[in-house]
Amino acid sequence: MSAPDHHEHIVAPFDASVSFDELPDAPPSQAYWPSATGWIGIAITCFWFLIAIFGPWLAPYGENDLPFPDDYSEFQASREGAFLGTDVEDRDVMSRIMYGAGRTIGIAFAATLLAYFVGVVMGIGAAVSGPRVDMVLSRINDAFLSLPTIMLGLVVVAAVGSSIPVLILTAGFIYATVVFRLSRAIGMEIMVMDFVEAAKVRGEGRWWIITREIWPNARMPLITDFGLRLIYVILFISSLSFLGLGVQPPQADWGSMVRENLGALQFGESKLAVIMPALSIATLTVSINLIVDDVSAHGGGKLSKRM
Amino acid sequence: MYGLILRRLGIGVITVLAVSIIIFIGTKILPGDAAQIRLGQNATPENVKAFRERLGLDLPLYQQYLNWLFAFVRGDFGVSLASDVPISSLIADRYLNTVYVSVLTAIIGVPISLALGILAAMFPGSLYDRVLTFISVSLVAAPEFFTATLLVLVFVTFLGWGNAVVVGSAEGKGFFELIVHFALPITTLCFVIASQLIRMSRAAVLNVMSSPYIEMAILKGVPRRRIILRHALLNAIGPIVNVVALNLAYLVTGVVVVEVYFGYPGLATLIVQAVQTRDFVLIQGLGMIFCMTYVILMLIADIAAIASNPRLRHPK
Amino acid sequence: MPKDTETPDVIFEAEDLIISAVRDDGTQLDIVKGVTFSVHKGEVVALIGESGSGKTTISLSALGYAKPGLSFTGGEARLLGRNIAGLSTDALRPARGINVAYLAQSAAATFNPSIRINEQVTEAPVLHGTKSQEEANEKALRLYKALDLPEPETIGERYPHQVSGGQLQRLMAAMALCGDPDLLVLDEPTTALDVTTQIEVLKAFKTVIKDEGAAAIYVTHDLAVVAQIADYIVVLYNGEVKEAGPTDVIINDPQHPYTKRLMAAINPLPDAEGAEIAAPEPTAISVKGVDAGYGRGPDGEPLVMVLKDINVDIEKGKTVGVIGESGCGKSTLARVMAGLLPPHRGELMLDGERLHDRLEDRTSEELRKVQFVYQMADTALNPRQRIKDILGRPLTFYHGIRGSAKTKRVLELLEMVELPPPFADRYPHELSGGQKQRINLARALAAEPEVVLCDEVTSALDTIVASNVIDLLTRLQDETGVSFVFISHDLSTVASFSDEIVVLYAGRVAETGPVAEVLSAPFHPYTRLLMSSVPEPRMGWLEETTESQEQQAGLTAGVELSAKGCPFAPRCPLAIPGTCDVEDPPKRHGDNGHRIECHRTLEELY
Repeated sequence: MSAPDHHEHIVAPFDASVSFDELPDAPPSQAYWPSATGWIGIAITCFWFLIAIFGPWLAPYGENDLPFPDDYSEFQASREGAFLGTDVEDRDVMSRIMYGAGRTIGIAFAATLLAYFVGVVMGIGAAVSGPRVDMVLSRINDAFLSLPTIMLGLVVVAAVGSSIPVLILTAGFIYATVVFRLSRAIGMEIMVMDFVEAAKVRGEGRWWIITREIWPNARMPLITDFGLRLIYVILFISSLSFLGLGVQPPQADWGSMVRENLGALQFGESKLAVIMPALSIATLTVSINLIVDDVSAHGGGKLSKRM
Repeated sequence: MYGLILRRLGIGVITVLAVSIIIFIGTKILPGDAAQIRLGQNATPENVKAFRERLGLDLPLYQQYLNWLFAFVRGDFGVSLASDVPISSLIADRYLNTVYVSVLTAIIGVPISLALGILAAMFPGSLYDRVLTFISVSLVAAPEFFTATLLVLVFVTFLGWGNAVVVGSAEGKGFFELIVHFALPITTLCFVIASQLIRMSRAAVLNVMSSPYIEMAILKGVPRRRIILRHALLNAIGPIVNVVALNLAYLVTGVVVVEVYFGYPGLATLIVQAVQTRDFVLIQGLGMIFCMTYVILMLIADIAAIASNPRLRHPK
Repeated sequence: MPKDTETPDVIFEAEDLIISAVRDDGTQLDIVKGVTFSVHKGEVVALIGESGSGKTTISLSALGYAKPGLSFTGGEARLLGRNIAGLSTDALRPARGINVAYLAQSAAATFNPSIRINEQVTEAPVLHGTKSQEEANEKALRLYKALDLPEPETIGERYPHQVSGGQLQRLMAAMALCGDPDLLVLDEPTTALDVTTQIEVLKAFKTVIKDEGAAAIYVTHDLAVVAQIADYIVVLYNGEVKEAGPTDVIINDPQHPYTKRLMAAINPLPDAEGAEIAAPEPTAISVKGVDAGYGRGPDGEPLVMVLKDINVDIEKGKTVGVIGESGCGKSTLARVMAGLLPPHRGELMLDGERLHDRLEDRTSEELRKVQFVYQMADTALNPRQRIKDILGRPLTFYHGIRGSAKTKRVLELLEMVELPPPFADRYPHELSGGQKQRINLARALAAEPEVVLCDEVTSALDTIVASNVIDLLTRLQDETGVSFVFISHDLSTVASFSDEIVVLYAGRVAETGPVAEVLSAPFHPYTRLLMSSVPEPRMGWLEETTESQEQQAGLTAGVELSAKGCPFAPRCPLAIPGTCDVEDPPKRHGDNGHRIECHRTLEELY
């Protein structure tokens, strides 16, 4: 068949009864289903959360027990009864990691929850309040954001000493500044949408606008960001512990375990005492990141731009 | 545009002042009295009082703050409470180590990461891109001491090169000797900033590459090289400079961990010691130095973003 | 592809062309389903269709280009006899910019913001080596002049953000033509422009295409525009050709029902002479001497004054159309009435009583009586609420209706806007654009308001869908007796549907009155310009209208809000120097509430 002559009048066959409806808009995006890397992330994260909860019951020894009291020597290699060897004080590394899991993850999780509670309430509040309230809150927040988080942590620990509640409060408030900025930005973005204005024109009160118009739309991006923030809080807490300013010995915590056993790298018979806690943190944070990355890739990767 | 940059500079100055107030007040709420700490538990109340006057601790808070601030501006950081040595001399011995490691990391890490990130953006979805993305997604979330441990295992334990700690003084070494001397800390920090830099520079270039004017350039038959070098990079420079400055600011945290890990004397180890001994004069001084560096880098990031916007560079 | 002097007669042919989207799971969805047409030397072929018809996708096949996610899966696209469907970018590069060039819908987005205009305009021929930089510069200068661009010698030295939208659109034509292409692909090149700007751009395109002897594919949804510029029309629906033929045949004697519907959806300007004028009704809402603007300057005046001395009465059960170009303040007027922007001066009256300026001060009754419908149906509906919740809320909020009574009323509202009951359980993203706009209307009507403010409610919709929405509005008004304030940039839509018209120019009322009075002499000079700018679906209209005095006057000048005098003075063919640009124009009253604000007397304006 050759192309028709360009002066020809062509009418496609038609059925007079068929109406030409408006073509539908693009179909909605499919529901999120994790990819292979997403599943790996979910599996490892779940594994560590289970250890965090049940670790103390599952651990073969107490966190400060000596598995081989008769055979005292630091950094023993993997052997029967101490699968991952022993640490600088001849304690079982695996048991300490299992005890430490609860402490590291628990502190970070509590701190992230606190950061979210404070940050979201203040951030959404700033977004729906007048420009003056927003100005004041944002300026104060900017001042804190312009400090390196580790320095803020150091100053607080120097001032009031280190304990688990202090760590949770410190990390919670430091990261609340980041959450504030994010939820304020998301809130602002939604505030200028026509449907929020429509609610205002209808005469709806502030509470309705926050709970019914803004929150349902802000929820998803904030939940995805929660994972990301959890990673940074875990890294922050572990770094403080690693510097000796976080969880204090003899309590086990992954960051402080790395610090205690740093000597293993140079003169240990087994280096597992330093490798395993570091590896535990890395597998946890990397797997959470795999989930976050997978979810935000599904959502068009918008979130990664906000990072 | 200059008005806008001046405004940012003004905000920068205000931020530094706000930071100084936060640090000053933060160290002031320390339980215990500086004079008491300095003189120990056995000092008589008269001695403590006299010492307080000498330190200016009897003055109203705002005056103490102003005195401290002006002294800081003049380069007088005060005297360490723990060791009774002027802080400037404590710093003098150590600051070069910190500066060497940070600057060398920037010189080596930034160009390599940018090249890798931009290359990934040029071939999105390729095997190279996917492998690099996977590695950087993994590394970005890993703590510095994990990366450091891996490096020590590979280079020291298996290959038997060098030491797990940094030994000896860096003094009097040339550029390449310094790189060898600080090889492990620098490599660790390079990995830390590279993962962020690769991801963010790739995203910045990809963002530009998906804009309609790039599609237009393709439809005009512009060769690939020119599309990237003339059409895309020109618009991506602003975001990229921004990314670089943000990541250098992140080095401030990384340096602290790396110095402690490899156990060499630097400003970061000093501040950790100061926290452990509650030497708040030292914390004040070092905290200000770290925070100012951070604020200045953030400021550069902001100004880069402004300066790279063609609408601001060439006003109507 | 080297350029030979002998171009074949057939420039481009699509034969059974199939272009598909391939999904992640490997299934294939055809976007273009076997399309056949050809473009001959010196001929303009229009591809016309609504969104989703595949017209842009087809036009890009002439460049061998498929948007990311799409691919050529069948048939051929032959450029100068060579099949280019599915060729690699490298293989296509020599042809692009030289044999075939592309003009996109938004010039603002397609110019690289960091590169000077001239470099971008001359890039294609210089890179392909068909012209030296000097030759390309000369060619560009000739094109700038032919396209009526201001300061043609220096405009190329500017950056894209330093010229206006209409100018940038013409500069893009220069960019496309600089390489002397055999074929030009124009994708809705005037859609984003104001009507008066559209005319000049259209005219410039037509002249240049003729002078350069290029063939062209012109993609648009607007039959009236097509009639001016095309030799041959291809009507597309859902990726298929429904009808194709020479322009006069398609315009004057369409055969296919879809083409007929497209033609029927065009609202010509009504013949206003001697039209009936309805008896006056009591006023529902009125705007008295309102000034409004944004920001607050040191002297207490708004930093940016958007509206000045606005007086409008909206009668019960009537529709008042507010018309003007972008930036004239028509949306601001709606926001003032809705209480979103309190007026700086003047007052609002509702049912003869003072209406509170600020939203926060309004009583529930006042809020209920004034409802607002937005332009973008997408963003006006909360994506996380089901339709029944969206429609149910005003019922509960204003009338306290709950439970089964609410469910029943929601279904009634859906029926009113001609949507079936199952829609109540859907989310907004499951609806098409026209359906969403119906839900928006239903939400406003749920309040049982006196006045509904419609801000460009049909502008984002396709022609046929928009005309259905207008029919719906008319029916709803008959049923409920509600008053509409219908804001639009499209004079013919406003005229076909309104009882009264308010013509806004740069924040001032230029002319107002019943449709019949406004659309018949005497005219405000700006009204005359607007009327002559509404494209008519007949061949030769463009040439006629551009010869008229108004259009000559309207060319190239931009809209500027002036602090004093008549803002239209710089563009006005009747302007009196020393008066119009200095003094505020007086209000001149004609018959039936007709009012013109002009220094010229009504007699002079006939």
